[in-house]
Amino acid sequence: MENTQTITKDEKQVVTSTRISGSEAVVRCLLAEGVETVYGYPGGAIMPIYDELYKYQDKLHHVLTRHEQGATHAAQGFARISGKVGVAMATSGPGATNLITGIADAQIDSTPMVCITGQVASHLLGSDAFQETDIIGISTPVTKWNHQITKASEIPEVIAKAFYIAKSGRPGPVLIDITKDAQFEEFDFEYKTCEAIRSYKPVPETQPEQVKAAADLINSAKKPMIVWGQGVILGEAEEELKAVIEKAGIPSAWTILGASAIPTSHPLNIGMVGMHGNYAPNKLTNECDVLIAIGMRFDDRVTGNLATYAKQAKVIHFEIDPAEVDKNVKTDIAVLGDAKTSLAALLPLLEAKSHDNWHNEFKKLYDVEFEKVIKNDLHPTKEGLTMGEVLKQINTETKGEAAIVSDVGQHQMIACRYADFKVSKSNITSGGLGTMGFALPAAIGAKMAAPNREVVAIIGDGGYQMTIQELGTIFQTRVPVKIVVLNNDFLGMVRQWQQLFFDRRYASTELVNPDFVQIAKGYHIDAKRVTKREELADAVKEMIASDSAYFLEVCVEKEDNVFPMIPTGASVSDVRLS
Amino acid sequence: MSQENQIYTVSIYTENNIGLLNRISAIFQRRHINIESIVSSVSEIKGVSRWTIVVKVTEEQIKKIIGQIEKQVEVIKAFYHTDDETIHQESCLFKIKSDLLFDERQIQNIIKDSNANIVTVNKKFFVLEKSGRRQELDELHQKLKPFGIMQFVRSGRIAVTKDEMKISEMLLAFKN
Ligand SMILES: Cc1ncc(C[n+]2csc(CCOP(=O)(O)OP(=O)(O)O)c2C)c(N)n1
Ligand SMILES: [Mg+2]
Repeated sequence: MENTQTITKDEKQVVTSTRISGSEAVVRCLLAEGVETVYGYPGGAIMPIYDELYKYQDKLHHVLTRHEQGATHAAQGFARISGKVGVAMATSGPGATNLITGIADAQIDSTPMVCITGQVASHLLGSDAFQETDIIGISTPVTKWNHQITKASEIPEVIAKAFYIAKSGRPGPVLIDITKDAQFEEFDFEYKTCEAIRSYKPVPETQPEQVKAAADLINSAKKPMIVWGQGVILGEAEEELKAVIEKAGIPSAWTILGASAIPTSHPLNIGMVGMHGNYAPNKLTNECDVLIAIGMRFDDRVTGNLATYAKQAKVIHFEIDPAEVDKNVKTDIAVLGDAKTSLAALLPLLEAKSHDNWHNEFKKLYDVEFEKVIKNDLHPTKEGLTMGEVLKQINTETKGEAAIVSDVGQHQMIACRYADFKVSKSNITSGGLGTMGFALPAAIGAKMAAPNREVVAIIGDGGYQMTIQELGTIFQTRVPVKIVVLNNDFLGMVRQWQQLFFDRRYASTELVNPDFVQIAKGYHIDAKRVTKREELADAVKEMIASDSAYFLEVCVEKEDNVFPMIPTGASVSDVRLS
Repeated sequence: MSQENQIYTVSIYTENNIGLLNRISAIFQRRHINIESIVSSVSEIKGVSRWTIVVKVTEEQIKKIIGQIEKQVEVIKAFYHTDDETIHQESCLFKIKSDLLFDERQIQNIIKDSNANIVTVNKKFFVLEKSGRRQELDELHQKLKPFGIMQFVRSGRIAVTKDEMKISEMLLAFKN
C-alpha cells in the first residue's frame, strides 16, 4: 500500500487514482460500497484477496464460515435483516460450486447479495486446470447478473455494477469471478459507484392512470382483500401499506416472505396465505370481489390450483417486476413501480371504509381454525410438547421483538404461523427454494447485521444437520445467536406427506439423531434439552436471558402434523383443517 | 390469446457481452422449449447486438418469455412477431460435384428457375447459394437431392419487422 490518498465519498463518489493490485482494489471497492462484514472461505485461487483482507482487517470484518454454503446463507441473513447487500467469498472450483445453493436461494427470494469467487489464472481458463470450474456458466441461471474479470483494471467498474444490480429494483444475487492473475496485476485504481446502466431499468415508473383505476376498483369493492409479499419489505413500504390498509379497512394477508411487514397483532392482519397458511384468508381468497396483490408473485405454494384461484375476483397487482404481471394470475389492473411510491400515490385516492360484515367472515373462520387447530397447537392437553407452544413461549420471552430465523419443514410453518412479529424484517426464512440448512448460518449473518436485536433460529433436527458445522463459526466469533432445535426425530414435513398421501410408508424420514446438547457443548456453546412441558418456560427464559450463544433442544411430539393444509394441486378453498 | 403453438420471431437488442447467449438460451431451456434457430449479429446501432431467435410456442408463452428476456440486465429491449409481421429470410449453401453441372442439363434449369447463385466453381465441385423463405430453400433442396449433394447447410432466420422498433430513441433517452 504505497498510496497515501484515501477514499472519499463526495457527491460523485470519485476516488483519487493510485497504483494498487487487483486484490487490494477488491477490498477497497467493498469498503467504498460501505461493506463492513464479508463471509467466506479461502483457497488457492482467492489467496491474494485474502492476503489483502488480512491487511485491511481493522476496516473489513471477514467471517470464516465452516462451509461456503454457510457463507452465502450468512450473507443472506445479513441482507434480509438489514436491507443491505450481503457479501460472500469463495475460492474457485469446489469453493465456488458450494455457493450455488445460497445463490439460488437468494435469486428466488430476491435477496441482494454479491459473491466474489477466485478463478484460475486467465491463461489456464478452459484447460481443466486444478480447481477450475466454469462458475459463470454454472451460476448463470441462478444469478441476476454475473461477470468474469481477467484484468485488474476491470475490477472497480464491475464491482460497482455488481452492487448496483444486486440492490436496485427487484434485488438479487450477483457473482463476480476474478482470475488469479487479475488479482495480482497492478493498475491505477479509481472508484466510482454505479448509478445507472443503459440496458437496465430497475424500477418502472408508477403510472397515475393505473393507480387511479386501482383506487376506483378498491373504492367500489364490497369484499376487498389484500395479499402482500416481500416487495413491501424490500421496498420499505410498510408505513404506506399500513396507511392504505387502515384507511380502506381492508383485511390483509401475507405470504411467507411478507411476514412481519405489518405487526401480527394488527386488527386488519388476517394471517398467512398458502399451503400452510391460515384458514380464513385461504378460503376467502375465493370469495373476495377484489384481490389486491402487493409485491408478491403468486407462487404455486400460495395459489394452489390456479384454475380455481380467485376466479370470482378482479385482481390488482402492484409489482416492481413487469415479468411477474400475468405470469401466474391474470390481472385486471397492474400497477408497475415500487411499492412505496405506488402505495403512497394510492392512499389519497382511497375512500375511508370499514367493511365490518366482511371482517366478520374472517373472524368466524378464524374461530373455526382456533377450535380445530390453534387451540391444540398453543394450549395442548396431550402429553407431548407441540412446536406451537415453544413458539408461544419464545413470543412471551422476547415480547415479539425477536427476529425469527427459521429453517425448512414443519417447524418453519409453525414458526411463521405463530411468531408474534412487532417489527419488519423479522421473519428470515427460505421461502422460494425451501433450503434446509438455511437457518443456522442465516441467523449468524442476521445477528451480526443487527447486534442489538434478539435473533432466534428455529430449526428442525433434519435441517440442523445440513449446516451444523456453523456452530464452529458461532463459537469462533462468539456471535450470540439463540438456537432452538425442534426435535421430532423425523424429517417431519416429508413424513407428514407420507402419512397423508403415501399411506404412512415412512421411506427414509426417520432420523436417528446424535446428542445435540453434547455437540453444542463440544463447541463450548451453552446448551440444554427440554423433554417435558414443565421445563419449557424456564428453559426459554434462560436462553433469552443469556448474553451469549445458546442452544436449546426441545423434544416434541414425533408425529404431529401441520394444519391447515392445502394439498398440492387442490384449490385454496379446499384448505384442510385435519 | 391463442393457445396454439405458432412460429414467433424474437428480436433482442443487447449489450455485447460474453455469457449472454447462455443466459438467454437458458430461459428457453428451463421451459423445455426448443430453439428452432438463433442468429447473433450487429444491429443498426453501434455497439448494440441483435439476436434473432425463432421458436414455436403459444402467444401466452412467448409473452412471458419476452418478459424474462427483458429482465436480463444487459438486454435493452426484446420483441416478438408473427411471420406476417416480419420480412424474413434464411440462406443456404449446396456443395455439389462439378461434373453434374455439365452432365445434367436439368440441374442448370433448376438453378436458373430457383434464382440461386453459383458462388464458386472448380474442377471438383461448385457451390450454390440460395436465400429466401424457408419453403423456397426446401423446394430447391428437394429438387437437388436426387442428383447427390456433397454438403448442405442452412442459416438461421434473419428478420426485420414491418413496424418500427424504437431502440435508438430508448438509448438516446438514457443519455439525457
Ligand atoms: C436441502 C433440502 N433437501 C430436502 C428438502 C425436502 N424437505 C422439505 S422439509 C423436509 C424435512 C425437514 O425435516 P426437519 O428439518 O427435521 O424439520 P421438520 O419438518 O421435522 O420440522 C425435507 C427433507 C429440502 N427442503 N431441502
Ligand atoms: Mg424434524
